[in-house]
Amino acid sequence: MSQPFAKLPAWADYGLLPLINLIVAFFVAGLVVLLVGESPLDAAVLMVKGAFGSGDGVGYTLYYATNFIFTGLCVAVAFHCGLFNIGGEGQAYIGGLGVALVGLGLGGVLPWWINFPLAIIASAVVGGLWALIPAWLQAKRGSHVVITTIMFNFIAASIMVYLLVGYLKAGGTQAPETRVFGEGGQLPGLGWLLGLVGLNMRSAPLNVSFLLALVSAFLVWVLIWRTKLGYEIRTMGYSPKAARYAGIKEVRIIVITMMISGALAGMMALNPIMGAQHRVQLDFVAGAGFVGIAVALMGRSHPAGIVLAAILFGMLYQGGAEIAFDMPNISRDMIVIIQGLVILFAGALEHMFRPTLLRILQRLARVKHQPTPAVATEGGQ
Amino acid sequence: MDTATAILQVLDSTIRLSVPLLLACLAGLYSERAGIFDIGLEGKMLAGAFAAGAAAAYSGSAYIGLLAAVVISVALGLVHGFASITHRGNQIVSGVAINFIAAGTTVILGQAWFQQGGRTPSLPNDARFNPINLPGVETLSGVPIIGPIYSELISGHSILVYLAFLLVPFTWWVLYRTRFGLRLRAVGENPAAVDTAGISVPWLRYRAVICCGVLCGVAGAYLATAQGAGFVKDMTAGKGYIALAALIFAKWRPVQAMFACLLFGFLDAFAIRNQGHPLPLIGEVPVQLMQALPYILTIVLLAGFIGKAIPPKAGGVAYVKER
Repeated sequence: MSQPFAKLPAWADYGLLPLINLIVAFFVAGLVVLLVGESPLDAAVLMVKGAFGSGDGVGYTLYYATNFIFTGLCVAVAFHCGLFNIGGEGQAYIGGLGVALVGLGLGGVLPWWINFPLAIIASAVVGGLWALIPAWLQAKRGSHVVITTIMFNFIAASIMVYLLVGYLKAGGTQAPETRVFGEGGQLPGLGWLLGLVGLNMRSAPLNVSFLLALVSAFLVWVLIWRTKLGYEIRTMGYSPKAARYAGIKEVRIIVITMMISGALAGMMALNPIMGAQHRVQLDFVAGAGFVGIAVALMGRSHPAGIVLAAILFGMLYQGGAEIAFDMPNISRDMIVIIQGLVILFAGALEHMFRPTLLRILQRLARVKHQPTPAVATEGGQ
Repeated sequence: MDTATAILQVLDSTIRLSVPLLLACLAGLYSERAGIFDIGLEGKMLAGAFAAGAAAAYSGSAYIGLLAAVVISVALGLVHGFASITHRGNQIVSGVAINFIAAGTTVILGQAWFQQGGRTPSLPNDARFNPINLPGVETLSGVPIIGPIYSELISGHSILVYLAFLLVPFTWWVLYRTRFGLRLRAVGENPAAVDTAGISVPWLRYRAVICCGVLCGVAGAYLATAQGAGFVKDMTAGKGYIALAALIFAKWRPVQAMFACLLFGFLDAFAIRNQGHPLPLIGEVPVQLMQALPYILTIVLLAGFIGKAIPPKAGGVAYVKER
């Protein structure tokens, strides 16, 4: 039982095993649906229809996916360094301050295509700085980054509530939110993109930050697998001892990685604030930072996998909202359960089926080679 | 006299608010001292609170509610153990998963079963843990200082409050004066040594996880059937994380854990009291600052300004026999 895990073939390791874990997670989620007296199959059909059945459905699905691509990348970059950044939620929330700075200050002055890059920089810098202290504590003091980032989530929430009910609140309203940004603080929608494939998007808030998310995913791939820094990050994640022996500066890599991670989370704020609501609202992150954990685990920390996993979760979010109309017992909170189950089976229990799968594959291989066993063993040398 | 009553009231609510923190903190202590990090305190407490609220509503008995809370919380703890001890999964990831599963399931099931927007029905008084008047309250009530302190502060809490505070010396005794406690601490520092002595590391860690589950369940039951009258959506509201902060603050020691929880409970009680009552010298302190203070203090501690917090050495690492 306690022997180290033997290696699976690559296709099983990166394709089959995650798929099995995912299916089990959804199977258990189906049991919960059954428990509240609804049919899981009907729910699944409703969900897919709600998410992809109309132009608006697709628009919303991709809008939510945009958030999850950013937060998923945020978690994944830290994962590659062996760090678990659970603070995406807080970094994105605080990142909203950077967007607010540009939106409130320059929204009425400059056009969106100048404000957009400024807001990208501002949100990334603020988000990155919010990850700096946890990173520094991890690197210098060895305080677990998980604990500190959780606490920074709460501190971020307190700061944002304080600011939104105080300094940032728009005059003349009771709602804890800023005033609506000027014309230049609003990002154009992507209706034309969906129009290309014959879909008609009317009110969905899909906007150019979706494209930014895709570009970011590509850049993260370049960073992790095609640059010296990425190599150092992966070395550190794989074996901190080896990294130290190779002369990689531990403190520097941890701090840089966490700040990149925080910057990616901070950029998530662009999508709901500049892209959809055109103002900063209370709790605009709405758990997307935590969904990023599930997305990163499911996508196996690879940008391509993350984009796919983010679209799947976008589908769950949009489809989940649609289900609630027909099945009042199933609300958005169902997504939270699915999220938890995905984290459990694709994350914590990712090795559960590995020994079984290995045994089955070995048996299959043996059956194949049965006629010529001697050759098979020689071929294995 | 007016300030004296106010102080007494704040201290009284300090005790009531710090009990769930204390129970969760001690729960985390058993688990983390055995080398199993537990981010899932929050989730187990929440699931326990829901189970207690639902079971007490069905049965009309607070004790059945408590039992249900403990059973559910231990079950979640075993999931955590299964993932992180048996399958050597990442303990943090597993704890995070438990938090989400609990947060979602309690609302979905609560809505499906009771149709009250995720809450359980309001409990009548005989389905809750009610305040107990300790003997001698009447006789002492005339005594100037001791009287009010005894009747307000010490007497008049539910049995779970006394249980929580009695658990502090008990945990100390278990940890430092029993064979089980010695092994528990050893398995968190150097599991290989425990293994060499012929003691099963997984079984010992499973027992720690069960202890943790039991206490989280009690904490949940306290929230739903003693402090409140039924379960409310997201009832724990980050208490599990504050308990975690308190555990670090106490450097994983039981008596200090009690003081840390009392401190954080006091901050909470003070924040509630402070709303609309500006302080004499400082003026009104923002509520948000008071709410964030436990975390800020813990960060300051971690930064090394107040001593140094060193976690159990083998914490977070799954034990592999061959190495």
